Amino acid sequence: MKHLKSPEDLQKLRKSLESKHRSDKVRILICTTGCRALGAEEVYKAFKSEIAKQSLADKVEIVDTGCQGLCARAPVLTIEPMGVFYGRVLETDVPDIIAKTVLKGEIIERLCYTEAGKRIPYIKDVPFYSKQKKIVLRNCGSINPKSIEDYILKDGYAAISKALSEMTPDSIISEIKNSGLRGRGGAGYPTGIKWELAKNAPGDIKYLICNGDEGDPGAFMDRAVLEGDPHSIIEGMLITAYAIGARKGFIYVRAEYPIAVEHLKIAIEQAKHLGILGENVLGSNFSFDLDIKMGAGAFVCGEETALIASIEGKRGMPRPRPPFPATSGLWGKPTNINNVETIANLPIIILKGYEYYKAIGTGSSKGTKIFALAGNVKNTGLVEVPMGTTLREIVFDIGGGIPGKKQFKAAQMGGPSGGCVPAQHLDLPIDYETVKEVGAIMGSGGLIVMDDTASMVEIARYFMEFCQDESCGKCVPCRVGTKRMLDILTRITEGKGEKEDLGLLKELAEVTKTASLCGLGQTAANPVLSTIRYYLNEYEALINKKDAQIAPAQPAQVAT
Amino acid sequence: MHKSVTVSKEGTPDVDLAKCRAILSKYSQPTPSDLIPILQQIQDAYGYLPQTALSEITAGTRIPLSKIYGVVTFYSQFSLVPRGKHTIKVCTGTACHIKGATDIKKKLTEALQIHEGETTKDYKFTYEPVACVGTCFLAPVMMIDNRYYGKLTAEKAEATLKNY
Repeated sequence: MKHLKSPEDLQKLRKSLESKHRSDKVRILICTTGCRALGAEEVYKAFKSEIAKQSLADKVEIVDTGCQGLCARAPVLTIEPMGVFYGRVLETDVPDIIAKTVLKGEIIERLCYTEAGKRIPYIKDVPFYSKQKKIVLRNCGSINPKSIEDYILKDGYAAISKALSEMTPDSIISEIKNSGLRGRGGAGYPTGIKWELAKNAPGDIKYLICNGDEGDPGAFMDRAVLEGDPHSIIEGMLITAYAIGARKGFIYVRAEYPIAVEHLKIAIEQAKHLGILGENVLGSNFSFDLDIKMGAGAFVCGEETALIASIEGKRGMPRPRPPFPATSGLWGKPTNINNVETIANLPIIILKGYEYYKAIGTGSSKGTKIFALAGNVKNTGLVEVPMGTTLREIVFDIGGGIPGKKQFKAAQMGGPSGGCVPAQHLDLPIDYETVKEVGAIMGSGGLIVMDDTASMVEIARYFMEFCQDESCGKCVPCRVGTKRMLDILTRITEGKGEKEDLGLLKELAEVTKTASLCGLGQTAANPVLSTIRYYLNEYEALINKKDAQIAPAQPAQVAT
Repeated sequence: MHKSVTVSKEGTPDVDLAKCRAILSKYSQPTPSDLIPILQQIQDAYGYLPQTALSEITAGTRIPLSKIYGVVTFYSQFSLVPRGKHTIKVCTGTACHIKGATDIKKKLTEALQIHEGETTKDYKFTYEPVACVGTCFLAPVMMIDNRYYGKLTAEKAEATLKNY
């Protein structure tokens, strides 16, 4: 493909791709990212060789995609245009799928999703999918993430085209402000306002960073977007850079995400090759260069100032704010940092307008939110729902409820900075404010479901161990506070707790929360405070050693 | 986050610095922000960060050795001691924790006869628990090098080692 010199060139390319795209061809979409762990690559190869063997290349195409969401059924595949959805597919199923479903349109029952004993062959009828609204995950699982053509066919890079040809940086910022988009990394700060601060900060050189250091245990939405739709991140970053006046950007990705790095590298090369990234984007006078920075294993680097220190080549330790990165960030220059999920929202807002986006969600929280549903729930996977959806809808309608004959006990939201939401709040519409009111945080969207066998004191201890281990040690309240709280929690779970421990724990929690330098320490006590709030009886029982049942020698076990 | 920095002098093999020099030669005007990528490439090449390589980095980048040590000991990815041919990362994230990661850790410690963060005597495996590998739907999960193994039991985890 040749270098694109204008938005019109891109439009021409899209038209020519559309004319070549044959809708009569059967497309088998198979997830080869998350599903890779359960043999998806072998299934993909088996399809390739079966299609070649039967000389079906003219009629059937196998497409390796990103995450399709219902990870519990991995490896999963969708057959288009019929919309047939199969899970737990093995290499040995491949000849059957070709012979029966692809060539004759027959359904293979054993591969279908089952709910209440009923087999559901079509993806549109699977409750897991029908109750979701996909904006961020719009292409995830339906395109080949290694193909820029696939992305362009789905209106890819149309938003940056529109921004460059019809909008000014100011009008983009006001569009984002009007949309009500808030940062999806956890804190929920209004994205448009953050941009405005960076744009108005004095200085010619400005930087843009995409924060993909998804370190919260239990969160994997950024991973899915980076792996399954990397071009949407490049496009979102182009829009942001144009709006704030940055010429150079970085994507900071965790070392634990090798597939994400691989796909991003491919995507960046493709975009550069087409003239969408680099000097004079689509022939305009806007230039933007993008590099990947790989993390080296430190949870605290998810914090803005620690992340900046890490890119600068230093120990990833946070520093006091102000000055905020918007005025003094990377190498002392104005820097805007947005999370992966936030950035993936941008192309849709620009393309469809702020009214479209604003109509989704609640009064204070607009748009959708992705939740990484895991733990003791039937349909583990990635779920994107409008803000304001209740926890019950997510856990029971979409998640299919609790496996076995167990009861729902709590949902842990927001990872080590969050809290446990008990059953009495199942009908709460989830948005930034309501989640905070009940003692958790939206966080990045990790949602771990726990059944009635889970010990909440053990969960609090687990998170404290994590925070203590990841504390960078720079400030005393966090370094010492997390260690002391962990000591007390360990003592309680071992049945050696004292009556005074609860008071001491609460006092330490307050001090650590108030006096710590960064978000890690400020929120480290949340899991403790939320479990004390709702499950005080479990703490007391362990301290009084009255109820041996709760004593958690081991965390709860569940069959998968 | 707090790693031991002791390096045993005996047992440190002689290091051929050619690979290290080749990596450094790609940076004609190195800046401090090149340090972490340089360290990552050197660790990829040698499996760990040999002391002599760190001295080369100091010479090549003019970054003080003390600063390099500061960075190396801060990030959990870096190792100052030789590592095994394969790295086993057992996920200890929330979902894996409530689905039995503790059992898997116990089993692997027994099977490999080493503690967390250590390397087997034959340098075949380095074993380390990690916070979360982002595949919670596969819980409990471990990674050997870049390959994921999901829905494990302690027995399955042990059996997987035989493939290496």
